[in-house]
Amino acid sequence: MKAIDRSLDTLPKILIHNAAAIGARPAMRHKDLGIWQTWTWAQMLEEIRAFSVGLAELGLKRGDKFTIVGSNRPRLYWAMCAGQALGAVPVPVYADAVADEMAYVLAHAEVTVAVVEDQEQVDKIIAVSDRLPRLGKVIYDEPRGLKDYVQRRLNSFEDIQSIGRNKLASAPECLKQWEAGVAEGKGSDLSVILYTSGTTGRSKGVMLTYENTIISARNANAFDHLDENEEVIAYLPLAWVGDYVFSYVQAYVAGYCVNCPEAADTVVQDRREIGTTYAFAPPRVYENVLTLTTVRMADAGAIKRKVFDFFIGVAGRWGEKILDGEKVPLTARLLYAIGNLLVYGPLMNQFGLSRVRVAYTAGEAIGPEIFRFWRGVGLNLKQLYGQTEASVYITAQSDGEIHSDTVGKASTDVEIKISDAGEVLFRSPGVFAGYYKDPDKTAEVLTPDGWVHTGDAGFFDPKTNQLKIIDRAKDLGHLKDGTVFAPKYIENKLKFYPNIREAVAVGAGRDFVCAMINIDLTAVGSWAERNNVVYGSYQELAGNPLVYDMIARHIDEVNRSLAEEELMAGAQIRRFLILHKELDPDDGELTRTQKLRRGHIIDRYAPLVEAFYDGSTEAQIATEVTFEDGHKGVLAARVTIRDVKPYPVVRAARLERAA
Amino acid sequence: MRAPSSREAAVGEVLLAVEDVSLSFGGVRALSGVSFDIRKGEILAIIGPNGAGKTSMLNVVNGFYQPQSGRITFKGKVRNSMRPYAAAQGGIARTFQNLALFRGMTTLDNILAGRALKMHRGFFWQLIRFGPALREEVEHRHRVEEIIDFLEIAAIRKIPVGRLAYGLQKRVELGRALAMEPDLLLLDEPMAGMNLEEKEDMSRFIIDVNQQYGTTIALIEHDMGVVMDLSDRIVVLDYGRKIADAPPEEVKRDEKVIRAYLGEPQ
Repeated sequence: MKAIDRSLDTLPKILIHNAAAIGARPAMRHKDLGIWQTWTWAQMLEEIRAFSVGLAELGLKRGDKFTIVGSNRPRLYWAMCAGQALGAVPVPVYADAVADEMAYVLAHAEVTVAVVEDQEQVDKIIAVSDRLPRLGKVIYDEPRGLKDYVQRRLNSFEDIQSIGRNKLASAPECLKQWEAGVAEGKGSDLSVILYTSGTTGRSKGVMLTYENTIISARNANAFDHLDENEEVIAYLPLAWVGDYVFSYVQAYVAGYCVNCPEAADTVVQDRREIGTTYAFAPPRVYENVLTLTTVRMADAGAIKRKVFDFFIGVAGRWGEKILDGEKVPLTARLLYAIGNLLVYGPLMNQFGLSRVRVAYTAGEAIGPEIFRFWRGVGLNLKQLYGQTEASVYITAQSDGEIHSDTVGKASTDVEIKISDAGEVLFRSPGVFAGYYKDPDKTAEVLTPDGWVHTGDAGFFDPKTNQLKIIDRAKDLGHLKDGTVFAPKYIENKLKFYPNIREAVAVGAGRDFVCAMINIDLTAVGSWAERNNVVYGSYQELAGNPLVYDMIARHIDEVNRSLAEEELMAGAQIRRFLILHKELDPDDGELTRTQKLRRGHIIDRYAPLVEAFYDGSTEAQIATEVTFEDGHKGVLAARVTIRDVKPYPVVRAARLERAA
Repeated sequence: MRAPSSREAAVGEVLLAVEDVSLSFGGVRALSGVSFDIRKGEILAIIGPNGAGKTSMLNVVNGFYQPQSGRITFKGKVRNSMRPYAAAQGGIARTFQNLALFRGMTTLDNILAGRALKMHRGFFWQLIRFGPALREEVEHRHRVEEIIDFLEIAAIRKIPVGRLAYGLQKRVELGRALAMEPDLLLLDEPMAGMNLEEKEDMSRFIIDVNQQYGTTIALIEHDMGVVMDLSDRIVVLDYGRKIADAPPEEVKRDEKVIRAYLGEPQ
């Protein structure tokens, strides 16, 4: 392990250092026109410097804010560092944000320059430009479709770079000036503002300093022994703290190579070609891949299916033990080796996971079955618990200490305590500098002595000494009779079924628990095909009685498993319905990181919730839907409600009789 | 590739003129005395009820059928008959109503096949794949990759087209036609059998091809919404005769057209 140079306290300084120390090593790749293009650290420095000087010529200066909008492309990452080199602060925005949402963030952050991917984003910004008086230049990466645009403020990325290159060539002192500007930066400077999608209300701008992210990144790299030999693929939203830290800060600090996929739908193939060694994904990705596998296997021939099922069984039984280095019988090892040859190896290869040393899941609880499946087939999948306000890391599981229902011990330099109300609090060098222009909200979350309220309810599991997160503190509720009701816990159990994409449990302050279900179009669609169920739309499929039967069976199984747990047994699902539309971030039902906004959903579907509790078997619902360009429409439907039988809860039943 | 210019300027001189063309199969008259022209840079739609002779018209234009009478002027050269091969060499590309792809070949290979006419090295050069032959292949592959990028089909580059959804196959077929870098692109029902989203995508691509590459497009399509939105001009055929030739707004109001589609008022 090389010694850490503490003077490297900003990302542009680290860039210059890397270009000198490991200049010939790959820093970034991007697949373009079918070929992987590589930039070494030295080349990347040149690209970033040219753009940076160009930005300075446009007037971007210390303290200014500029936005980055688009998918994971090298130039957008470069733009972040180029601005930071001048002391300006990047404000990345989710590329799929609707125009209105984008306008709010850009106006609030007072951005003066926008660096965007393509025509789509340019259109959005032009549409809201009258609300952004401070915004000057809009710089785009991909020129397609922009040829006929007559906008004086519009420039291509190359334009700005060539301004910078000309300046550097014509004025020799320019390079010195630029480097002096970089040297002026300090670790305590504001480095980025990340707007959290927030499960409630308007998004808040989390301010992170260089120290916050760089110390967190150093600790994380040391924890998992990451060095300049790692390969990662950048495919998660740029505006998300996870991508900012994994694909940018940690890469700079360790000197590893970040690979940008060709398109959003080629990630799996691209990952396979690169052979990434360090992977990060929200549970949804692992879930989707498993769903896809299950669906494809259901279509496979009988022999293949038998082989698959048998060896997945073997993996479930022995895989995790082998991965954790425990003692297992020789026959099990042998069987596992055959399974690896026939099933696990090809499966991992198919999804580009063969070379992965460390894979993380975070952001939401992962279904224990999904987690065990992946570990069983040999993926070193671990959990971590983090927040934007913490520069990601709060807890992480170390190798060999993995449990599906915990999130690990406190990360390096992090202190954790649990409040009397059961809320998790932490304190660390990664703690954010506050919400941008929002001292009240900051005070609500950040205590004067540096503790941050996470808003999550959790406890330290006495068996493992690891942190266990149950639910959002404010979501944790009780039924009318006082039974604990943890909606997310129930929803996660439901979501394990490939047919269920999303679930919303309701019941706080009510007599019993009900669930609204979103079916998974891939899984249920394939089932429909195999069973000759004809449907014309999502809505039609969702309302099909056979689909209801199938979901009812899943809920029955969930109830059975809930009945086995003392704490949760009283919160079994009594009634359910299948929603007529997919929950969507554009309608405010999910956050941009695909988390449920339960409160909003319950308000929006109030007639359905009422119908749950007044005994109706059908309910009428009309909801407004928002399209990506901002225009709205109304979707109306009649939704059927079904009853499900709960399993007897031994103790509760006895109490009832006594009463 | 032509330099892009605004639409008004681009739509101009006549690229292809059909004059008094008649075609019959035995006793069946498919086309009788049809005349119209296709101007450089425009999107022209040919519509009409079933059996009106739309596909026959396209087949005449690209030389697949030989009309019994009439003449066709393409790029200033008059002809009354031409082989499809010669038409392709002359810069006319087309897609088909019922897809004509090589199903066992990948998307990439299918589109590369569209470059066949532009390959200059002979069979043996290509066999050794060295020196000039290799350089040529690299150059063609580059063009094909640009088309793949343009049509956003990178994810299916290496997948045999037989395994693709219908909408995607249509897109691959368009890609192969584009690989010829045609002056005139004939599309036979490019949206047939597509869902709404696929239709929107395809419309977008057709407009982009027209604007970005300046390619002249003649298409047959049944979806009236698409035709009205997409085309600069519409030619309406009915029982092998031309009954209208005007911009979409006028065609919409044309009595003869309404009658052809809805029948005589009782």
